[in-house]
Amino acid sequence: MALPRMPAPIRLRELIRTIRTARTQAEEREMIQKECAAIRSSFREEDNTYRCRNVAKLLYMHMLGYPAHFGQLECLKLIASQKFTDKRIGYLGAMLLLDERQDVHLLMTNCIKNDLNHSTQYVQGLALCTLGCMGSSEMCRDLAGEVEKLLKTSNSYLRKKAALCAVHVIRKVPELMEMFLPATKNLLSEKNHGVLHTSVVLLTEMCERSPDMLAHFRKNEKLVPQLVRILKNLIMSGYSPEHDVSGISDPFLQVRILRLLRILGKGDDDSSEAMNDILAQVATNTETSKNVGNAILYETVLTIMDIKSESGLRVLAINILGRFLLNNDKNIRYVALTSLLKTVQTDHNAVQRHRSTIVDCLKDLDVSIKRRAMELSFALVNGNNIRGMMKELLYFLDSCDPEFKADCASGVFLAAEKYAPSKRWHIDTIMRVLTTAGSYVRDDSVPNLIQLITNSVEMHAYTVQRLYKALLDDISQQPLVQVASWCIGEYGDLLVSGQCEEEEPIQVTEDEVLDVLEGLLVSNLSTPVTRGYALTAIMKLSTRFTSVNRIKKVVSIYGSSIDVELQQRAVEYNALFKKYDHMRPALLERMPIMEKTASNGPTEIVQTNGEAEPSVVEAKHPPPVTQPTNQANDLLDLLGGNDVVPVIQTTVPTKPASAGGELLDLLGDLSLSGIPPMTAYNKNGLKIDFTFERANPNPNIAVITIHASNSTEADMTDFVFQAAVPKTFQLQLLSPSSNVVPTLNQGTVTQVIRVLNPQKQQLRMRIKLTYTHKGSAVQDLAEVNNFPPQSWQ
Amino acid sequence: LLFSRQGKLRLQKWFTPLTDREKKKVIRDMMMLVLARPPRSCNFLQWRDLKIVYKRYASLYFCAGLEDKDNELLALEVLHRYVELLDKYFGNVCELDIIFNFEKAYFILDEFLMGGEILETSKLAVGVSMEEADTLQETMEEYMSKPAY
Repeated sequence: MALPRMPAPIRLRELIRTIRTARTQAEEREMIQKECAAIRSSFREEDNTYRCRNVAKLLYMHMLGYPAHFGQLECLKLIASQKFTDKRIGYLGAMLLLDERQDVHLLMTNCIKNDLNHSTQYVQGLALCTLGCMGSSEMCRDLAGEVEKLLKTSNSYLRKKAALCAVHVIRKVPELMEMFLPATKNLLSEKNHGVLHTSVVLLTEMCERSPDMLAHFRKNEKLVPQLVRILKNLIMSGYSPEHDVSGISDPFLQVRILRLLRILGKGDDDSSEAMNDILAQVATNTETSKNVGNAILYETVLTIMDIKSESGLRVLAINILGRFLLNNDKNIRYVALTSLLKTVQTDHNAVQRHRSTIVDCLKDLDVSIKRRAMELSFALVNGNNIRGMMKELLYFLDSCDPEFKADCASGVFLAAEKYAPSKRWHIDTIMRVLTTAGSYVRDDSVPNLIQLITNSVEMHAYTVQRLYKALLDDISQQPLVQVASWCIGEYGDLLVSGQCEEEEPIQVTEDEVLDVLEGLLVSNLSTPVTRGYALTAIMKLSTRFTSVNRIKKVVSIYGSSIDVELQQRAVEYNALFKKYDHMRPALLERMPIMEKTASNGPTEIVQTNGEAEPSVVEAKHPPPVTQPTNQANDLLDLLGGNDVVPVIQTTVPTKPASAGGELLDLLGDLSLSGIPPMTAYNKNGLKIDFTFERANPNPNIAVITIHASNSTEADMTDFVFQAAVPKTFQLQLLSPSSNVVPTLNQGTVTQVIRVLNPQKQQLRMRIKLTYTHKGSAVQDLAEVNNFPPQSWQ
Repeated sequence: LLFSRQGKLRLQKWFTPLTDREKKKVIRDMMMLVLARPPRSCNFLQWRDLKIVYKRYASLYFCAGLEDKDNELLALEVLHRYVELLDKYFGNVCELDIIFNFEKAYFILDEFLMGGEILETSKLAVGVSMEEADTLQETMEEYMSKPAY
């Protein structure tokens, strides 16, 4: 029984027309689904007649964004068909629906191979095109031989396609490059521009990928003279309607040749010399009224700058770029700025001459141009032009779109750091940035700025005053607020005392300052980070201001804050007021001048909770706020020596100190402050020496290092040293360097003890030692009374 | 990429292998970036590590992605040349021509570019190839009667 024949599938045009009448997305989807179903059944029927039409429709629907993978195999069938129409659509489908990652392409290889040898050049062309666009490495490997054969044919249509196909093969399988070398010999003697162009592309690809090839072409093939000749002919030849674009003969070929010359001339004196003339000729004779001429000039300039050209030529090139900058055409200006950016490193002075034009481009309306101009302006800033340039750049920062502000601000900071003519100028510039673009400033600028301010000692009063005034105006810009609160915390005393040399000192009372800081704490505009800064600043003022009670109140309120960070700080500060009040002045002292660390990484920021175990903050989140806390927890901070304590200034390595043992090494390097070492214990072969150091900011702290050595013939393992001091003292024991005291004095175990002795009483200590020696556990107690007077006076 | 002002894709030619999802994302991004540009702006913009060159012809945007070392000004000429080729083939081409004959637009493109590089710099040559290839395409009767394999 014969099945009823399905109606012939609708034609492509019909389908397109129908789909376009759909008024909603849903309607369109419905139509498409219906048609897809029809197509699918048609495919199932293995209908040769309509396969082509169906695949074409499928491709259309694919372009609209609908899935079409079920047509992939059908494309293969079309490719294998004898009909040209089928093949054309089949190959198109392969290029659109398949890519080299599918397995289907393996099946294609055979078809392509056959078609590469087809009698009709257009079929061969289709095969080459498809291979050249989406061929996988396996396909390329299999078919490279065929491509190579076609590269040698005299048929220019095929030759040019084979050349570009070879380019693709080389890109996919670079090892096959060698294979195409012999065929390239005669490529450039062709007259056909298509072949010439594609050959130049092929040669470019080979030279770019392989230095050997490059050398080969330079020397053996004498490529440069050939190219020069061709280029010359192009320029000199009369009008050729076929290749003409606005009066210029085959600009595409000219540009490609210039690009290949660039590669050949780079780093090679001989080649560069051989092309000097032609480059000069192109540069001076090319018509610049249309885009096409400028395209050629652009490529010429790039080539001149890259090769070893003589200086006259380079000047010519930069002048061309300078002219580009003044061109009305935006594209040309953009391209000029981009090229100048590339050359500014090597030909800095020449580019400087165009500085004013570049700066004018900052005011251009076009976004792309503005960005390039900004980048270039920063590259041009130097010690001489810093003041002028900065004025322009700050003006730009004021008026530019938000997308630029962050980069511009960072650029300004960098430039200011490098070339600031005076500290005051520097601070002023920073202030300007913070107030105009404060919310766009990058997070890591805040610690950098703080460090900068700390180091400009004579400007402290001026800085804090200006920051205070800025705060009064506007508290919405977080980086500004953070820097300002930090400064007020540090230098609040200078603020209220009204000493300022640089400008008119303002009269402000302690209460007003505290009002401002408290205002930050409660404001909705402040982020948690900012609040942290504010709270710490208030705390610091407790040693600089007299109204301590008010501060105490504020701090205790936040002891129950919802924000965990804030709460923790408040609790710690409360503790400072209560239990550790004697430590408070020491902790909240002025920050000393900080060493500039190479990176703003976690090394200088150590979050501690007063515990014995220090923890290093992750590199990803170096919260700048912990810097002030660092100072506050200085004593409690076992690693306080890391950057802040000046005692260790010169030897601070920027590595995170981990166990106390490392710290001991640091301390060990220090010259002793003249307190003689002493032997605390010497029994049964175990000798313990004490060496002393004073932590400078606070003379009440003695830092003692014990050195345990073992003169017996067996190691002392599980060595534990413990110490106790009278109640008026405070003791801290850091981790020992190890708990094995090696035999026969081969090494020592060291451990650091920090003793706080605010009442300057005579230091006494009771020590307990436990260790295992020759298999048995040993324990001993001892009193140490022979501390030298200097250690506690 | 060719797309209309309403964000409808009319042609897409990829010269590097990307997944379907990646392609869709690129298309979306390009449309967003290009359609948002004010009328008299520069034809170039930077997107990730590519230089994007675009030009508007009537209702269609022609958009190309270039590598760093490619010449942008020349790319404008390439786009223009393609439009000229379409124009010559279709005779005063308009968007509808490209919609209804998209496969022809692809064929023309494939005679002009391959693997992202220019294949033929002569307008004449491309025109001739297309004509000849078209004659090879079977007429309806031929097609129906000719065996496939």
